[in-house]
Amino acid sequence: MMTSAAQATVQAINTAAPLIRPKTSRDDKIMIGYMLVVGLYLIIALALPLYAMLSKSVSTFYFDLNNFEFQVNNGDGWSAPATAFALNEKLKREKLKREKLQAVQPEQLTTSSDGRLAATVFFPDFSFRGSTRYRIRQINPASSFLVGSRQIVDTEWHEFESNEFRRIYLRASRSTGLDNYRVYFSTPALFLSMKNSLLISLISTLITVSLAFGFAYALARSTMRFKGLFRIIAMAPILVPSLLPGIALVYLFGNQGMLKELLLGESIYGPIGIVIGSVFFTFPHAMIIITTALAISDARLYEAAISLRASRWKTFWTVTIPGARYGLFSAAFVVFNLVITDFGLPKVIGGQYNMLAVDIYKQVIGQQNFEMGAVVSVILLIPALLAFSIDRVVQKKQVAQLSARSVPFEPKPHKQFDAICLIYCVLVTVFIAGLIGVCQYAALIKFWPYDLSLSLNNYNFDVMDGGGWVSWYNSIRLALYTAVAGTIIVFCGAYMVEKTNRFVATRSAFQFLAMMPMAIPGMVLGLAYIFFFNNPANPLNGIYATMGILVVCTVTHFYTVSHLTAVTALKQMDREFESVASSLKQPFYKLLSKVTVPVCLPAVLDISIYLFVNAMTTVSAVIFLYSPDTTLASVAVLNMDDAGDIAPAAAMGMMIFYSNLCARLLHLFVTRKVMRKTQAWRTREGGSD
Amino acid sequence: MKHTLCKLLSGGLAALLLVFSGAGNAVDLTVYTAVEAEDLKRYADTFNQDHPDINIKWVRDSTGIVTAKLMAEKDNPQADIIWGLAATSLLLMKSEGMLDPYKPKGLKNLDPKFYDGDSVPSWVGMDAWVAAVCFNTVEGKKNNLTAPTSWKDLTKPMYKGHVIMPNPNSSGTGFLDVSSWLQIFGEDGGWDYMDALHENIARYTHSGSKPCKLAAAGEIPIGVSFAFRGARSKEAGAPIDIIIPSEGIGWDMEATAIIAGTDKLKAAQTLMDWSITKKAMEMYNTSYPVVGYKNLAKPVKHFPPETLSRMIDNDFEFAANNRKRILAEWQKRYDSKSDPK
Repeated sequence: MMTSAAQATVQAINTAAPLIRPKTSRDDKIMIGYMLVVGLYLIIALALPLYAMLSKSVSTFYFDLNNFEFQVNNGDGWSAPATAFALNEKLKREKLKREKLQAVQPEQLTTSSDGRLAATVFFPDFSFRGSTRYRIRQINPASSFLVGSRQIVDTEWHEFESNEFRRIYLRASRSTGLDNYRVYFSTPALFLSMKNSLLISLISTLITVSLAFGFAYALARSTMRFKGLFRIIAMAPILVPSLLPGIALVYLFGNQGMLKELLLGESIYGPIGIVIGSVFFTFPHAMIIITTALAISDARLYEAAISLRASRWKTFWTVTIPGARYGLFSAAFVVFNLVITDFGLPKVIGGQYNMLAVDIYKQVIGQQNFEMGAVVSVILLIPALLAFSIDRVVQKKQVAQLSARSVPFEPKPHKQFDAICLIYCVLVTVFIAGLIGVCQYAALIKFWPYDLSLSLNNYNFDVMDGGGWVSWYNSIRLALYTAVAGTIIVFCGAYMVEKTNRFVATRSAFQFLAMMPMAIPGMVLGLAYIFFFNNPANPLNGIYATMGILVVCTVTHFYTVSHLTAVTALKQMDREFESVASSLKQPFYKLLSKVTVPVCLPAVLDISIYLFVNAMTTVSAVIFLYSPDTTLASVAVLNMDDAGDIAPAAAMGMMIFYSNLCARLLHLFVTRKVMRKTQAWRTREGGSD
Repeated sequence: MKHTLCKLLSGGLAALLLVFSGAGNAVDLTVYTAVEAEDLKRYADTFNQDHPDINIKWVRDSTGIVTAKLMAEKDNPQADIIWGLAATSLLLMKSEGMLDPYKPKGLKNLDPKFYDGDSVPSWVGMDAWVAAVCFNTVEGKKNNLTAPTSWKDLTKPMYKGHVIMPNPNSSGTGFLDVSSWLQIFGEDGGWDYMDALHENIARYTHSGSKPCKLAAAGEIPIGVSFAFRGARSKEAGAPIDIIIPSEGIGWDMEATAIIAGTDKLKAAQTLMDWSITKKAMEMYNTSYPVVGYKNLAKPVKHFPPETLSRMIDNDFEFAANNRKRILAEWQKRYDSKSDPK
């Protein structure tokens, strides 16, 4: 279908399109221009950085033994030059005769950009007290060697006494290949992280989806009280950075924790802590999806079940679960992806338990090994991409469950069931509100656990790591810019995809690009941005270390969900609006500004609050990108915790929470006003939709 | 009305002129640093007393992040000068040819341990930060622990699960500990020691200052960290003792180096000159008991008096050139095991 449509487009162009659509050609030009601009944005902000990262991961380093030549003088004149390779071969041969000899093995030749190989390994009789003199040179200036820490890059001979020669280290040459991946899979410590990450993500997914299903089920199918309150509290984790539950867990179950005994001697630092924290921060995401899935159930099916005298239990398994299965799948994939790509939580509470996302940090920050960081990033992409594509396939299979004859399900009071639901929801909300409450409490304690008096000392951010109050202010700025710029970019992009009739191939390519960010872990995106934008040859190098790059990165990171929201809203509008507008000879932008945007305003507001809240809480995408002028509150939480200032970290985390809460309330207020003003048509009298 | 407008305008004009004339003289120097956040303003203010025409733009982060940043920006440096970063990191940058050698005025006043051995040094030290053990006396009493006095003590069975140290793969302090043990106990003895110590470690942290903060908060009785952190926590009222192990302690220094290719070379050299003046050294001395200037340092509160005498003869070159090998070995031995129970 796609190809035939593309052919039609080509044909239309070939057969002098103006004859067919004389009045829309200018519109078309503007629209394709728009599409190109937004498409170009996605290519620059997504495709190219990822490509830069991929190429970084195959950039390898090796000791080129053929490139170094040595000469030895034992007092009887200089020996003939011999390459390190020749010397090493000699060592291998002599090893048979002399036991203690150690030649350099082939696998030792693969290294990283920081690799060093002592020159003395090629001289088994070397003694730094000896009177032997040595000469070294490199044949091509492709690598270098070190005298102590001084780098020699030329191709001259350099002469050293024995005592100095022990300070000679060979440096690596650059090449391309899959060596880094080979090293990764042959290093047990790195490989283990993959197993750990998968395991933790699976367990967390199972728990979160079960808990969220119970919660959503109670909300949808019972007549208990306080439903609104439960729903609001359950959404709270979305407003805080993912590492905040980690901090709360330290206060609850750490060695000085208030409820330490509950763990029966197990340590909270490790898999237990990561799972509990993950359940906390992914809960609302799962709950929203499952609630939506349960909301579209057809009451007639339940009536049928009752008249067939099916038990409640049976009805649950034959009607409720099958009806919600796509929602459950979707929730599971979203949670899985969130957990496996999250970085803050395992860093704060993971202890020894290595996870992929933390490995990236360790490689890049701890060891400055960017190539290996890129390799781990690519590995982290695999499960995320896999989960994403399975989800896409499953979603495609979903057929409409609501027909015109469906009757919405109305729960009937059932005392016992309602009571169970109420207790369950109270437990879940106590867990959520409890963790947030603990953070607020911890932030106000002077010196836990020795001085429990209340004070505001922990809010004195300016004398601590993380950048001080400026970070909070920067975060607000970032969130605002992201909300505004992001909404415009996303909405325009979605409009082009949804409302143009031509350029099918371009549109599908665009749609593909727009769905991609969902599968890209923030940390991978951030790292890719360093490789791409910090290249002096890149004409866009100027935005490196500015607020601009943070905005671009955040918008891109959260592009998919915003895009889908916009597309859904636009789909509600009949395409006839476009036809009518064009037959009235109105340019599309007039239609866009006079009709489309006002009608879609609630969705536009939803997108902006989504971007705002996420820009406030994101850590992983920006951890490699912030600069001294653009320190961020979420990163400050991480850095303060890292420096051991846990209480101030909690305090800053709570500042993010309150800011997001205010934004949310403002959003609610504005949406209400807007609804009344622009959406009145939705509730026209007598209209039954 | 008209009069006021005139006044306002001329006032504004004067202010503008002032701003521009000021901007004409002042040089903005981008300074990368890992100096403690709370000291930054004091350092810049003291420097500006002597050089008001150089405006310091700090880029501060933890040692690992600043180092990673500098390495990432290798082909496109953003910094003009580094003031206050671990010498180990500077050695790494020197071997990449990223530093511009410069012999600052008054170098002879410094202990030769404190600057690069080349005839024109690439980096010059400011002060030393030393490894130390933070011991929480309250938690120690609760768990019936006696205070350790040596590194070897930490391997005693009674400390099992009560010790925390930084992971050398994520933290420079962690690497400092590991490389100093390899120097103190020898290569084989060092690994034997760490094998034994590993049995007692509750967990390895990602940051170097965290173990001491955790000890201060009673989260763990013993934190292997650096003394400076301990002293600050003690000042804040934490019930901890700072212990300088008897075998000797590893140390690193905060140092200064000019980035090759800076277009503000003159200002950078001025700062480098100033960074080793007596005044600057006295400024460092308020928080660090060991500074580069010969016979100047005064004791600092909460630091044990034996700090200076127990500093080992640290071989920075050994540490830098064997870093990759040591880290790989450490990872193989201790990082591939899952959570120690």
